[in-house]
Amino acid sequence: MPDSAMPYNLVEPVTFVCPPALAPGDRIVLGHGGGGRLSAELLRDIFLPLFSNPILDRLDDQAVLEIGGCRLAFTTDSFVVNPLFFPGGDIGSLAVHGTMNDLAMGGAQPLFLSAAFILEEGFSIETLRDVTRSMARAAREAGVSIVTGDTKVVEKGKGDGLFINTAGIGIVPQDVRLSANQAQPGDRVLLSGSLGDHGIAIMAGREGLEFETEIVSDSAPLHDLVQAMLSASTQIRCLRDPTRGGLASSLNEIAAQSRVSIRIEESALVIRDEVKGACELLGLDPLYVANEGKLVAIVAPEAADQVLRAMRLHPRGVDASIIGTIHEGRAGLVSMKTVFGSTRIVDLLAGDQLPRIC
Amino acid sequence: MCLAVPGKVLSIEGEDPAFRSGRVDFCGVRKTVNLAFTPEVVVGDFVLVHVGFALTRMDQEEADRTYRYLAQIGALEEEDFVLREAGGSFS
Amino acid sequence: MKYVDEYREPRVAQAIAGRISRQVTRPWVLMEVCGGQTHTLMRYGIDELLPPAVELVHGPGCPVCVTPLEMVDRAIRIASTPGVIFVSYGDMLRVPGSYADLFQARAKGADVRVAYSPLDALKMARANPERQVVFFGVGFETTAPANAMAVWQAKREGLRNFSMLVSHVLVPPAMRLILSSPGNRVQGFIAPGHVCTVMGFSEYEDLVNEFRVPMVVGGFEPVDLLEAISMLVDQLEQGRAEMENQYVRSVNYVGNVPAQVILREVFEVSDRKWRGIGSIAESGYRLREAYAAFDAERIFGTADVSAEEPAECISALVLQGLRKPLDCPAFGTRCTPMNPLGAPMVSTEGACAAYYQYRRHA
Repeated sequence: MPDSAMPYNLVEPVTFVCPPALAPGDRIVLGHGGGGRLSAELLRDIFLPLFSNPILDRLDDQAVLEIGGCRLAFTTDSFVVNPLFFPGGDIGSLAVHGTMNDLAMGGAQPLFLSAAFILEEGFSIETLRDVTRSMARAAREAGVSIVTGDTKVVEKGKGDGLFINTAGIGIVPQDVRLSANQAQPGDRVLLSGSLGDHGIAIMAGREGLEFETEIVSDSAPLHDLVQAMLSASTQIRCLRDPTRGGLASSLNEIAAQSRVSIRIEESALVIRDEVKGACELLGLDPLYVANEGKLVAIVAPEAADQVLRAMRLHPRGVDASIIGTIHEGRAGLVSMKTVFGSTRIVDLLAGDQLPRIC
Repeated sequence: MCLAVPGKVLSIEGEDPAFRSGRVDFCGVRKTVNLAFTPEVVVGDFVLVHVGFALTRMDQEEADRTYRYLAQIGALEEEDFVLREAGGSFS
Repeated sequence: MKYVDEYREPRVAQAIAGRISRQVTRPWVLMEVCGGQTHTLMRYGIDELLPPAVELVHGPGCPVCVTPLEMVDRAIRIASTPGVIFVSYGDMLRVPGSYADLFQARAKGADVRVAYSPLDALKMARANPERQVVFFGVGFETTAPANAMAVWQAKREGLRNFSMLVSHVLVPPAMRLILSSPGNRVQGFIAPGHVCTVMGFSEYEDLVNEFRVPMVVGGFEPVDLLEAISMLVDQLEQGRAEMENQYVRSVNYVGNVPAQVILREVFEVSDRKWRGIGSIAESGYRLREAYAAFDAERIFGTADVSAEEPAECISALVLQGLRKPLDCPAFGTRCTPMNPLGAPMVSTEGACAAYYQYRRHA
């Protein structure tokens, strides 16, 4: 029974006139920090054009600099995590591990870190002591020294408690050349362990979730694992630690930089039950949840098995698996074969992944 | 908005029906859920949870029956597959 | 996860898909109404498992998508009012209004927060007595009882600083619109499982009897949807037009009575504008007079905020299943999740966004 009050006539052919798109905003939104498309746009539109140089343009997690015959890896990072303390770590240990891992992804032996603190007026000194103690312990256990730093204080209301900025340097052996632009068709994709532990550990506190077996952040230094892998093979093309934006973002970055496509298998991914449960509850996709103690490696096909073996022998790689392959063509496309055998695309999200209720 | 997840009720508290709440377990994740819409639910039941509220008590008998049926067709599919591989015709 | 994993069993899914292939003797066009169901279909590539004769088109079951421009504009106006804490489900923050979205409003200084549940918003109201807490009450009938309960609790407690911006929509009127449209190609419907958990399925039975079109209440896991599709195909092949329920573990004919009671107590049916479609009579909820003190539209006087829905946009055709996202010339080029032109690209549940996310090159 046609309703005469129909908003428009569907029988006649419609010319596709879509309303104009929202003009891009002129302000930074939270999504710009999410590690997804918005972050990439900031890089592409502001930082890269203005800072451009061959080293920066490679967009690796670290810059490898040739200085006086020595190859120095150099990186910087900022830590704004909230809550400051979470199961498995705190902003301090995260800062140390995160910076070291950026260096390790370049094949570097991390040596020295800097630590700059931006403190909000009113922040508890006891808490600062706790964070510092944690950083000192993390650095000691990992064999690095914090050799320089800075402290600033901002007025109450302008700082969210505590921000930490770090820089790190390390030495990269002459024969180690890792970069996100080196993936080649046929290469295999290796993942060192379970996905989503860190992001869910952080969310748990915020969302009032508790766990039977507590989900603990996987925040950990990976340089030792990397050394074990580099000792096993010289045919590792690239390493990445899938932090903000998760595994999906790292794979998209590699696919874009190397101008290849990547296909992974859902059945090869390791995800803890509690992480799966929390993701189900909040409507999150584990592929986009942050990790702080895992790495992705792109390895030549003939070396994949021996690298995998070396990883599995290491305490930080016991759950390592080969999760996919690099393909030619469709540059930048990351797809996943589902447990059903069908294919879905693993795209970059615009900003942060938002919990959904639908 | 329809993302709702099944979980097992571990404990219940609250006398006032509108504020009655339960500790619900989702595969190792625990959350407090409002049970105002499921007054008949007791500890051990499974509930379907959406935005912090239980929408229904999962019908366990129905679900178990469906599960057995599903397991059967899954097994049949495997059988069927094996037979097809072996060159048998079985439709 | 119990009651989830077994409904994601690939062998079972393949078995049902195989059965559907054997059942089908001619082409059929089916529609799943709920955005969550669309999400599952895309994410698991269910259409790859189905025989080509079964065509799935996607309905307007994404309340985020169909939230009209003016409602987002009103939300932004309220959120930007000094002293307000504006609380919303996460998905809504990226939905564009006429000029901006809630994320951008936050960037300009509005206190916009995400909540998993309306009860979290109540907590915020209790913890911040000097602030006005406003909750963005979006959703279908699935979410309405939770929102209603939040308002009811607020009244019970005598909270003076809590209100709700209500933008609820109902599924059956949208389905009626689709069924009444002269261009309708849909021959069978998968009814929304969680909406029916709350409301039962008598309303859908009425539609079945009026339009002589088969409907099956379906769940949200791959096996649920395949089973529902199989039941629909069975009916169509046999020339039947009946109401059936696949989602028996969660749905019964009557629905959830306590939830319906609170709905009737707090809300009344009203006309609602649907983004990309326009106004549909009696297709939404608004707060009853008795709860006027909790109606953010009244408190903040947003009646003057109105926006023209675009006259013609393929969104409407996609939402009614008359076009696929891939049919649209702007899809993936001028219109992407980053720069959505229309509703179905806005939310992760929208058909276009789901296609873009999972199936772009299919």
